[in-house]
Amino acid sequence: MTAPAIELRNISKAFGPVQANKDISISVAPKTIHGIVGENGAGKSTLMSILYGFYRADKGEIFVNGEQMDIPNSQAAIAAGIGMVHQHFKLVQNFTVLENVVLGAEDQILLQPSLEKARSLLQELAEGYELKVDPDALIEELSVGHQQRVEILKALYRRANILILDEPTGVLTPAEADHLFRILRSLRDEGKTIILITHKLREIMAVTDTVSVMRRGEMTATVKTTDTNPQHLAELMVGRSVLLRLQKEKADPGSTVLKIDNLCVSDSRGVERLKNISMQVRQGEILGIAGVDGNGQSELLQVLGGLATGTGSVEINGQELPLSGAGSDAQARREWGIAHVPEDRQLLGLVMDFMAWENMAFGYQHDERCRRGPFLMDIQSMQDYCRDKMKQFDVRPPSITALAKNFSGGNQQKIVLAREIDRNPDLLVVGQPTRGVDVGAIEFIHQQILDLRDAGAAVLLISVELDEIFSLADRVAVLFDGRIVGERVVSETNEGELGLLMAGIAESPAQAESRAISVTA
Amino acid sequence: MDLLVVVQLLDSMLRLSAPLLFACLAGLYSERAGIFDIGLEGKLLASAFFSAAFAAITGSVWLGMAAGITASVLLALIHGVASITFRGNQLISGVAINFLASGLTALIGQNWFKIGGRTPSLSGDARFLPVDLPFASALADVPIIGPLYSDLISGHTILVYVGLLAVPTTWWILFRTRFGLRLRAVGENPEAVDTGGISVTRLRYQATLICGLLCGLGGAYLATGMAAGFIKDMSAGKGFMALAALIFAKWRPGYALYACLLFGLLEAIAIRYQSIQIAGVGTVPVQFMQALPYILTIIILAGFVGKAIPPRAGGVPYVKER
Repeated sequence: MTAPAIELRNISKAFGPVQANKDISISVAPKTIHGIVGENGAGKSTLMSILYGFYRADKGEIFVNGEQMDIPNSQAAIAAGIGMVHQHFKLVQNFTVLENVVLGAEDQILLQPSLEKARSLLQELAEGYELKVDPDALIEELSVGHQQRVEILKALYRRANILILDEPTGVLTPAEADHLFRILRSLRDEGKTIILITHKLREIMAVTDTVSVMRRGEMTATVKTTDTNPQHLAELMVGRSVLLRLQKEKADPGSTVLKIDNLCVSDSRGVERLKNISMQVRQGEILGIAGVDGNGQSELLQVLGGLATGTGSVEINGQELPLSGAGSDAQARREWGIAHVPEDRQLLGLVMDFMAWENMAFGYQHDERCRRGPFLMDIQSMQDYCRDKMKQFDVRPPSITALAKNFSGGNQQKIVLAREIDRNPDLLVVGQPTRGVDVGAIEFIHQQILDLRDAGAAVLLISVELDEIFSLADRVAVLFDGRIVGERVVSETNEGELGLLMAGIAESPAQAESRAISVTA
Repeated sequence: MDLLVVVQLLDSMLRLSAPLLFACLAGLYSERAGIFDIGLEGKLLASAFFSAAFAAITGSVWLGMAAGITASVLLALIHGVASITFRGNQLISGVAINFLASGLTALIGQNWFKIGGRTPSLSGDARFLPVDLPFASALADVPIIGPLYSDLISGHTILVYVGLLAVPTTWWILFRTRFGLRLRAVGENPEAVDTGGISVTRLRYQATLICGLLCGLGGAYLATGMAAGFIKDMSAGKGFMALAALIFAKWRPGYALYACLLFGLLEAIAIRYQSIQIAGVGTVPVQFMQALPYILTIIILAGFVGKAIPPRAGGVPYVKER
């Protein structure tokens, strides 16, 4: 029997009072793809950072190919044949691909020979593993999918036999993710061992051989992928049974609330980020906006939330909404009945160093219930209100004086959502509602959004997670490069079709026409 | 304007831009590695004082230069410890170094030599003297080439040539060597360097030390090459001008040379033409001419000259653990 490629024994690591890893043991067989799943904060990344020498474990032993190793820094990990592809790429943006690949692994003082060597190796790898990238391109010119390939190439250039990938598909289109999986499988077949860290169960099922589940810093189970299913894994992750996809009634749309015509938005550098988009959302329906991050979603949220200016026409309940100048600020948007749950809640949704009750009032501090006379705040009423809301939304811990930054992602999101949907908005604009939110809280947040829909609000849901679009939206429009490249009824489409649209492969006019005919027929 | 005047102007441009060039390249190494350094001024000044003082005491300009470099490197190390090891604010540390240098040089100068914070005038071996390049006198009488070679190019002190050679050398180090690649990377994205298994701390200290060395050369040139001794605050903002030149040069060695030459030319013009008559306006006061390099510094620092993108990780201490 061959020794495991990686074996960790009784690893513990604490950051201050937080025990990130508790007595973790895991064994990874060579030439396999081993998945590690767990919610945000379950300790997956910490464990891998220990293995890669980024952090030092407080306790425990590491064995690589049967030999006990001390890995005090990344250098030692590289020497032991371990390579890591981080969630946030560690690339130098204005360097070429070649320069990034050789950085830190140059053979000698002069650069040129190392660059030439890397160039020929890249050539081989490109042919062997579908890892094609232009060696002379600057990183900032590459798509994220290609940047990720550079990270993999970096590891292979350093002769890594064990490759760790941390949340590799977060920024990829489904097609790019499939491509990545093909690369991983061919690497495995060539004898590499791969550890895949993710919170996406679909990926685990698609590509791994074995899967380990982590919860709250502990390793709760290790199973063969063929012996399990997503529902079972979700329960192991959360520690109770969860609904991965909520039951929802068929939508019963009423009159049009939001009508967008030829909306254009440019960013601060004058680059056009939204190009003539048009859409409608009616009462009691959820329109999902799918697409890979950075294709205009942020701008759409900002212009509707009053944080950016645009041109074109936006109507709310038949009335023209000002898109620039007076009356286009965020405060005015609230008076129009638009509630905005921003995609970056820590930057735009909360003041992280303020207490929960203060955060619960932001944007609505002029409301009657927050005021006492013309100048003073009614602190008592604001605190009572916050206490109520925290109870209603099951925010944990239910402390109104805790600072926003001390809540978990899911609880932070509950605070923002509680605040925004309290006034029964006509239109809820919500961006990435469950980014960085744990599985248990996702279920709750999704239910709130559905309830709001059923109460007759129009909801514009912007999400990069296709699973989320499928479980919430009634209709879905796909943004690519600032344009809407397709719109579908959710029950009549599938991930494959949306994935193609997200990659910018738009339907031809002929296809669109035939589809229109089949619908009317 | 005849050829002779032009040659004389360009000649003093070279002389005046050399200290700027040293400081500018010093800043280039430091900032390319992600350490902002507004303490260039202080390091120039400290080196100017100690090189003049030791040259005066020992009678050897080389020992003086060694002392100047040592002083400058020590200040660079202080900046390194504050901003790399203790992850302090790099601007504050730089400001502190400037104050420290300005006060200490005057204080120690007065204590040692008792002539109002100056050092005694240097002469002979205690100064860097002009070097005549080969064939300078032989070619002097040849038209055009003669004055260009023997008056403009030849006849500077050795440090001017070192400064000029430092430009292509710096380019070669930055863009053709392993060290240069890592240095540039650590100023752009230290995490990429760290995960590549290279010590960010060590690289940044190396850059800081090179910065100290180059400032030391610049300061030594100021007091023992360009002038014949140290006078209080003799760096006169050259460290800040070098910073402006560095931004103007977009952190590239070749452009840095041009930027420093431009500043040097302005100074040379101010020295040669104490008053200029402009029809309709009258006489431009000498103060205005002298202020020109400083005005240009402000214009550049205020960002009026194009968009300059600094190294991305500049000014940010590298923190690895949460």
